[in-house]
Amino acid sequence: MLACCSVSRTIQRNGHPALKLLENISFFVEQGATLAVLGASGAGKSTLLRLLNRLDEPSGGQIMLAGKNTAEIDARQLRRKVGMVMQRAYLFPGRVADNIRFGPAQFAQAMTDAEIACLLEQVGLAGYEQREAHTLSGGEAQRVALARALANRPQVLLLDEPTSALDEEAKQGVEQLLLSVVQQDRLTCVWVTHDRAQARRVGQRALLLSEGRVIADGSLDEVLGA
Amino acid sequence: MVRSMRSWVLNYLVHSELARGIAQAATVAVFVLLTAWFAAQRGAASIGEIFVAVTRAIVQILVVGLLLVILMKTPWWTAIPVLAGMIVAAATIAAKRAPEVPRTFQITLICICAGAGTTILVMTALGIIDKQMRMLLPVGSMIIANTMNIAALYLNRFVGEIRSHIGELESAIALGAAGDTAALPYSRAAFRASLIPATDNLRSLGIVWIPGIMAGMVLSGSSPLYAALYQFVVLGMIFISGSITSITASQLLPRNIFNAREQLLIRDAVEEQ
Repeated sequence: MLACCSVSRTIQRNGHPALKLLENISFFVEQGATLAVLGASGAGKSTLLRLLNRLDEPSGGQIMLAGKNTAEIDARQLRRKVGMVMQRAYLFPGRVADNIRFGPAQFAQAMTDAEIACLLEQVGLAGYEQREAHTLSGGEAQRVALARALANRPQVLLLDEPTSALDEEAKQGVEQLLLSVVQQDRLTCVWVTHDRAQARRVGQRALLLSEGRVIADGSLDEVLGA
Repeated sequence: MVRSMRSWVLNYLVHSELARGIAQAATVAVFVLLTAWFAAQRGAASIGEIFVAVTRAIVQILVVGLLLVILMKTPWWTAIPVLAGMIVAAATIAAKRAPEVPRTFQITLICICAGAGTTILVMTALGIIDKQMRMLLPVGSMIIANTMNIAALYLNRFVGEIRSHIGELESAIALGAAGDTAALPYSRAAFRASLIPATDNLRSLGIVWIPGIMAGMVLSGSSPLYAALYQFVVLGMIFISGSITSITASQLLPRNIFNAREQLLIRDAVEEQ
């Protein structure tokens, strides 16, 4: 479903040597499976997700989605198929319903009130349509961010440490929610985390990065140890 | 009346206009240096730096004065290359406000040409700016200088807004938004901020300050009523040219910080800081 073939990312900086953020990254995620991506800070986990959503361009290699090179897919259409939830929710000013409508509106599609209510119910926030985004707690905001990504009906969901900025209680709730949504919608998922225990709970396979390179790729036991 | 407004001490000592000008400049320079010395005593400024700045200001303005003496004797159309040179210089200075944005000079040049160039051209064609060197050059330079400030304010605020809302901006892009749609709230904020000085100048005209052109016209013997009306005309032209500059910037700049794949081009520069 989703594959990276020798992907690299290097940035050129004025007056400084070029910086290699990712080097020769290859992996494959099957349809409906979740790949847990682990690594220390600065290992390149978020950079990898940015390439999969095409917020940045790979310097080399290919990313394939359902057998098609993503470089050949219109970037905006690709982002619609590959949803992303970031570490922080980054909700837009306005109401919760406006946030959820945002994605489809970019493609001239209007969501009905019933569709919004259904999505909010799915993320455990039934009746939140008219709430102002800035009044939500961290956990609620992250649930809205998930609903906002799901509104585009993606095939792939990229999760960039989606629970790391939350308190313990909200963390468990959001993790459970994400797992159920991924399973229910049969989404292909790449879940970045620095928490090994979380990686075991959420992934079927794992990828361990260090300094922009793949250190280990395989089953959870192979990568994280039995 | 005008004569009585001049320093009676200097008037008593010097008689020619040039000698009076030199004496007035020298007197003010001495007071500037005295103030700088007091400031330096409190560690607020360096006396050397202020001495250099004062000397530089005198030399610069004298050179400009001499150039104006020559230019005032030339036909009106010689103002065109002079004003064009000023526009290029203004675009270069404004572009320095956002070196991380690709093709900033081209953008500021287009914005200032659209704002100042169009306003000067149309107003001269309508006869609001007299087709004479003594009007075209000072009024034109005032319009260009103000559009430069407005372009610089727009750039500065826009890049600042992008820097502080990069998460929201990229969240919108990640959901499939086009770059200019994602950047629209920050472009609007920059547009509003860039026009604050020009709007406030219009609002406070005559109440908080009596601007230079009006004072100059009154001093040179024009009717105060005509001087007041013309000051409004000048500030109105500054507002028009500034608005056109800011509108042009808000059309060009948001598009320019993204590539064809809607990827933010200034992100690496932002990350490095």
